Amino acid sequence: MLAFIAKRIVNYIVLTIVATTLGYILASTTLNPAARFLGRNPAVPQGTIDASLRKLGADPDTPLIVRTWTWWSNLVTHGSLGMSTRGTEVTADIVARSGTSLRLLVIGTLLGAILGVLLGVWNAVRQYRTSDQVSTYLSFAVLATPTFVIAVVLMILATAMNQGLGTQVIRFTGEYTPGVNGFFPVLGDRLIHLLLPTISLTIGAVATYSRYQRSAMLDVLSNDFIRTARSKGRTRGSAIMRHGVRVALIPMSTFFAYSFGLILTGASITELVFSWHGMGEYFVQGITNNDINAASGTILFTAILVLIAGTLADLLYAALDPRVRV
Amino acid sequence: MSVLDPTTTTTAGDPGDGNAGVPAHVIEVKGGRTPLWRKVFGTWRARIGGGALLLILLWAFIGPHLYHWNAVDSDGLAFGMPPSAAHWFGTNDIGQDIYAQTLVGLQKSLLIGLIAGPAATLIAGIVGAIAGYFGGTVDRVLVWVIDLLLVIPSFYALVLLSPVFKNLTWVALIVGLAVFSWMVMARVIRGQTMSLRERDYVKAARFMGVPAFTIIRRHILPNVASLLIIDATLGVGAAILAESSLSFFGFGIQIPDVSLGTLLAAGSQSAVTRPWLFVLPAATLVATVLSTSLLGDALRDAIDPTSGANRD
Repeated sequence: MLAFIAKRIVNYIVLTIVATTLGYILASTTLNPAARFLGRNPAVPQGTIDASLRKLGADPDTPLIVRTWTWWSNLVTHGSLGMSTRGTEVTADIVARSGTSLRLLVIGTLLGAILGVLLGVWNAVRQYRTSDQVSTYLSFAVLATPTFVIAVVLMILATAMNQGLGTQVIRFTGEYTPGVNGFFPVLGDRLIHLLLPTISLTIGAVATYSRYQRSAMLDVLSNDFIRTARSKGRTRGSAIMRHGVRVALIPMSTFFAYSFGLILTGASITELVFSWHGMGEYFVQGITNNDINAASGTILFTAILVLIAGTLADLLYAALDPRVRV
Repeated sequence: MSVLDPTTTTTAGDPGDGNAGVPAHVIEVKGGRTPLWRKVFGTWRARIGGGALLLILLWAFIGPHLYHWNAVDSDGLAFGMPPSAAHWFGTNDIGQDIYAQTLVGLQKSLLIGLIAGPAATLIAGIVGAIAGYFGGTVDRVLVWVIDLLLVIPSFYALVLLSPVFKNLTWVALIVGLAVFSWMVMARVIRGQTMSLRERDYVKAARFMGVPAFTIIRRHILPNVASLLIIDATLGVGAAILAESSLSFFGFGIQIPDVSLGTLLAAGSQSAVTRPWLFVLPAATLVATVLSTSLLGDALRDAIDPTSGANRD
C-alpha cells in the first residue's frame, strides 16, 4: 500500500510541475505586462518599461524557456514566486490570502462531502419514496443553477430579511466588519460573514455528491453480500453502514478527487461575489492587471491543492478497499 | 492507475462485473426497432425536459419577432421600471427592455451550449476510444494528458486564456469550452473500449485486417453511442453554465455580444434594489439548463443499463 501511495504521489508531483510550467508559459504568452505603460501621456520612456519588465522577470528579449527556468530556480532556491505588478512579493501575497480561501474551501469540501454522502445514503435506502423524489428534483434544480446565481439570490434574500427585521442580522459583504474588537465579537462577526458563502458553496457540493453516493449505494445494496450480512443476523442499519456505505465510498473517493476542481472553482466564484480577498480574487486581478507572476503563483497554489486532494482521495481509497492493501 | 478509474461506477461490460456479457444498451441501440424513443419519452421527466427545451428554443429564436421592443433601444419614459404590460421583464437604468435582452442573450447561450457540449463529447469519444483501443504507450500518454488537464480546473485555464478569446470572436470561446471539458468522459469511454476490444466481432474484424480507425468508427463508437448521447445532452447544460460563469466575471462573451452571463453580470450590480434585472434572466438560465439535464437524465435511465432505473 505504501508503494502504491508513493507511486501516486510521485505521479501527482510530476503532473503539478508540468501543469505549473505550462501555466507559466501560457500566462507569459497571453498576458502583456507592458500594457499598463502603453497609451500613457506623457509617454513612459522605453528604458523605464524595460527596467520594470526585467524586475518582473518578463523581459521580452529573454527567451521564454530561460524565463521559465529562472522562475522555477528562484522558486526552488529562494522560495520566491517573483514580484507582482503592484510591487509586492507574490509569495507573501499568497500566504496572506490563502487562509481566507482555505477556510472557505475546507469548510465547503468537508461539509459538502459529509452532508452529500449522508443524503445520498438516505435517498438510496428510501429509493422512490417522497423524500428521495424531492431531493432528486431539488438537486437537479441546484445543479442547474450557477454558483454566482445562488450567491446573489442569497444576498437578495438576506437583504430582504435584514430590512424586514430592521437590523443587520446577516452581514455578508467581505470577510469581517472593520472596527469590531474583542475575541468573541470578532469570532461571531466572522462566523456570520461565513454563513452565506458557506451555504452557496456547500449546496452545490451536496447536490453533486448526493447524486453520486445514491447511485453508488444502489449498486452496492443489490449485492449478495448485503443479503449475507443480513442473514448472518446483522440488523438492517448495521448491514447498510458496515457493508453498504463502506463499499459505496470506494468509487466516491475517486470522484472526490475529480470533483475537487469544481469545488475550487465554486470557492473562487463565491469569494468574488462576496468580495472576499482570497486566491480567486487574486487570480482574477492578476489576469486583469496582466500580472504573469501572480497568475502563475495562483496556478501553482491550485495545482498543489489538487495534488493534496488527490493524495487524500487515494489514502481514503486505500483505507476502504482491502484489495489495495498489500 | 486503473484501480482509480472513474469508470467503476459507470461501466457496464467490466470483465470483473457480476453481469458480464453484452450490455443491454448495445442491443437496444443497434436494434433500432425496440421502442427506445417511446421508452425515453415514456417518463414525464423526459417529456417535461424535452418539451421545455423545444419551447425555449422556439421562444429564443421566434420570441423577439413577436415583441415590440428590441434589445438596444431605450424607452425614454421607463427608466429602471419593474415588469409591466409594456416591458414584460422590466427595464434597466437607461430604459432598455430586459425581456428583449434576455432573449438575445438566451440565443447566444443556447448556441454556445448546443455546439460546445456535443463538441466536448466528440473529443471525449475519439480520445477515449483511441486510448482504450490501442492500449500500451498510446493509452499511457493519453491518460497522462487527461490527468494533466484535470490538475488545473478548467475555469482557471479558461480565465488564463481569456486575453486570447477577447481578441477573437465568441466562436473561440466555444472551442475553449469544448477543449477543457471532455476529460472525465474520455476516461469512461476508454474503460468501455477496453472491454469492447476483447469482443469476438472486434477481434474478427482486427484479424481480417480492417484498419484500426475503421474498427473504432464501425464497432467501438456505435457501441458507446448511448453514453455519448447522454454526455452530449448533459454537456449542453454544462457548457451554458460554464459560459455564464466566465461571462459573469468578464472573461467570456465580450461586448457587443450579449449572453445570459453578461446580462446577469450587468443585473447583479443592482440585484438587491431592482431584483428583476437579475432574477428573471437567471430564472431563464436555470430553466434552460434544467430542461437539458432532465432530458439527459431520462436518456440515461432509458439507455444506460447501469443507471438506477434499470437496476431492479
